[in-house]
Amino acid sequence: MSTVIKVENISKQYRLGDVGTGTISHDLNRWWAMLRGKEDPTLQLGEVNDRSKAGESDYVWALKDINFEVKAGEVLGIIGRNGAGKSTLLKILSKTTQPTTGTVKLKGRVASLLEVGTGFHPELSGRDNIFLNGAILGMTKREIQSKFDEIVDFSGVERYIDTPVKRYSSGMYVRLAFAVAAHLEPEILIVDEVLAVGDAEFQKKCLGKMKDVSVNDGRTVLFVSHNMTAIQGLCNQALVLNNGMVSFPKGNTNKALQMFKNSISAQSLSSDLSLVQTRSGSGNLVINSMIFKNKNSEIIISPSTGEKITIEFEVKAFMDIKSLSIAIGFYSQLGECKLILWNELLNSFFDVNKGVLLIFCVIDNFPLTVGSYTINLITSSNNEILDWIQEAKSIEVLGGDYYNTGKTIESSHQTALVPHKWEKLI
Amino acid sequence: MGQIIAEEKLHVADEDWSEIIGPSTGLLDLNLKEVWKYRDLLVMFVRRDFVATYKQTILGPLWFFIQPLLTTVTFVIVFGNIAKISTDGVPQVLFYLSGLTLWNYFADCLNKTATIFRDNAGIFGKVYFPRLIIPLSIVVSNLVRFAIQFALFGAIWLWFLYKGNIQPNIFILLTPLLVILMAIMSLGLGLIITALTTKYRDLVFLLTFGVQLLMYATPIIYPMSALPVKYASIIKANPLSAIVETFRYAFTGSGTFNWLYLLYSAVFSIIVLVIGTVVFNKVEKSFMDTV
Repeated sequence: MSTVIKVENISKQYRLGDVGTGTISHDLNRWWAMLRGKEDPTLQLGEVNDRSKAGESDYVWALKDINFEVKAGEVLGIIGRNGAGKSTLLKILSKTTQPTTGTVKLKGRVASLLEVGTGFHPELSGRDNIFLNGAILGMTKREIQSKFDEIVDFSGVERYIDTPVKRYSSGMYVRLAFAVAAHLEPEILIVDEVLAVGDAEFQKKCLGKMKDVSVNDGRTVLFVSHNMTAIQGLCNQALVLNNGMVSFPKGNTNKALQMFKNSISAQSLSSDLSLVQTRSGSGNLVINSMIFKNKNSEIIISPSTGEKITIEFEVKAFMDIKSLSIAIGFYSQLGECKLILWNELLNSFFDVNKGVLLIFCVIDNFPLTVGSYTINLITSSNNEILDWIQEAKSIEVLGGDYYNTGKTIESSHQTALVPHKWEKLI
Repeated sequence: MGQIIAEEKLHVADEDWSEIIGPSTGLLDLNLKEVWKYRDLLVMFVRRDFVATYKQTILGPLWFFIQPLLTTVTFVIVFGNIAKISTDGVPQVLFYLSGLTLWNYFADCLNKTATIFRDNAGIFGKVYFPRLIIPLSIVVSNLVRFAIQFALFGAIWLWFLYKGNIQPNIFILLTPLLVILMAIMSLGLGLIITALTTKYRDLVFLLTFGVQLLMYATPIIYPMSALPVKYASIIKANPLSAIVETFRYAFTGSGTFNWLYLLYSAVFSIIVLVIGTVVFNKVEKSFMDTV
């Protein structure tokens, strides 16, 4: 099969900080260098895009020397953590931004679904928006007309087709938007994160359509998603990006996913969270550390199913904070949220004084089954996010005797366990 | 850098890539063929502008008439009757309306074009289509608006013509040319400004009152003949002056007509358009990284 995408030495440099101030002096610098026939001085700067280290330069490489080829009909998954450069790569491929160096060669029409519904106008009816959106995505009026019924049918919003889309529910909106995009019939389809929305049934429909597009029509699909189940089910090839570089060259999807999971688990086993950079929020309160303890108050690295555990946080408040809300989210390696422990749901808010304090969360029977989980933490007060740490920590849950029956539950076929009883009536 | 790309282009010439994305392309690489391919999109944008603007307004498209009429009335009162600025014997309503009709087209196009990047950042960041489509759609949709306002002007003009207050002449035939010149000029200026505003936001503030100042530097509320000599050369240097003056002369017979001035305006607007397109084209490619 012929190569339809050839990415050669693609690099993309971004300037950090406040773009816009001081740009004139940088511009002058560049011109001066150009006049003397020297290389652009800013291109020599720039470092690997590692967010957890404070960089010395204002310039970072969001992508550095990316090379790969995609053949017709392949479905390539692109995997990577937040900020690994996935979206930048897709943006270059879909021509919304230019690479700093390198070239991309393409055969055929490219359509990107970087976000569905782009260009939808709230005042226009669904019908008008189908035409507008279709045209933005590169279809001619005649093409849209010939597929109009199909699009409406796929979206399932016939009844509202002449209603302005501002009156649509968000679900209907997405359905309609995806329906237009799905009927584009480009040679190369670029998909990012579309599956984050819509109900399960619709997601299935979308995945089916994408598979259909690649298998039956021999089109090429580039797919970026946090939904690893989707990547596994859909892609026959995958590559892993890390800090703007290819850390696993294009190859077998399962191997790529495995390698990606390993790299996540390897991420610090230490309890110290102060160095974790994937965080946002006002910073009026920060979580310094998180540790798991068993019933004997011994620190453990991996909790077991059914065990009584205490999760202990050391937090530092930089001011007095009223009604502190704190939540722990456990995510499976496929990116699905499996469990949230949240004091707000129990109405047990804390009023916190300035200073360092400890917060405990006690779970009598740890309900998650065997597997790796990533933990996200969020603290807030009156809807203001104080400290939000994504991928704060990865933990391994071990099998345990949840029901106290001497039976260790090793299987991960089930997601969660709950205490329950069985009875019979004569 | 340019050399390397050129070499690579040669290198792959034997394989039939339909598209090559590289770091920077030539200044004049406008890709007009692609713009033509997307012409349906242009129509859609024009349609969107119309439907969206007057949705949920009570008077709807009547606003096309109300706005120039009210402005004209204001001008008649303020400049005509209070300030008593001469209108060269032309009925005041017709005098102001003739200037305003053309001026509104220019100002609307310019204002809209100058904020293209800001207004469309959402779309530009997500989908690729030839960016020139947007400014072109602005010019076209304002052209439709202009046609409606021109019809209003035409009706009033016919009334005065019937009453015999004015002496139109053959130069009326130049009207399409004048409109095209206005379109070119506003498009060019708008493209330059929008390209600069991506980096230097200050220009947005300058624009609003800049357009207003420019109106006073154009013979909209006064005839050329009423100008004191020391200002006349400045106003004549304004390339918009000749266009407005010609338009008014053609329809009312008052004022002057000079091929040379009109030629100056034409050359000026074409140069502005060329610069604008080139600058826009350059900024468009890196714009997502700076906004």
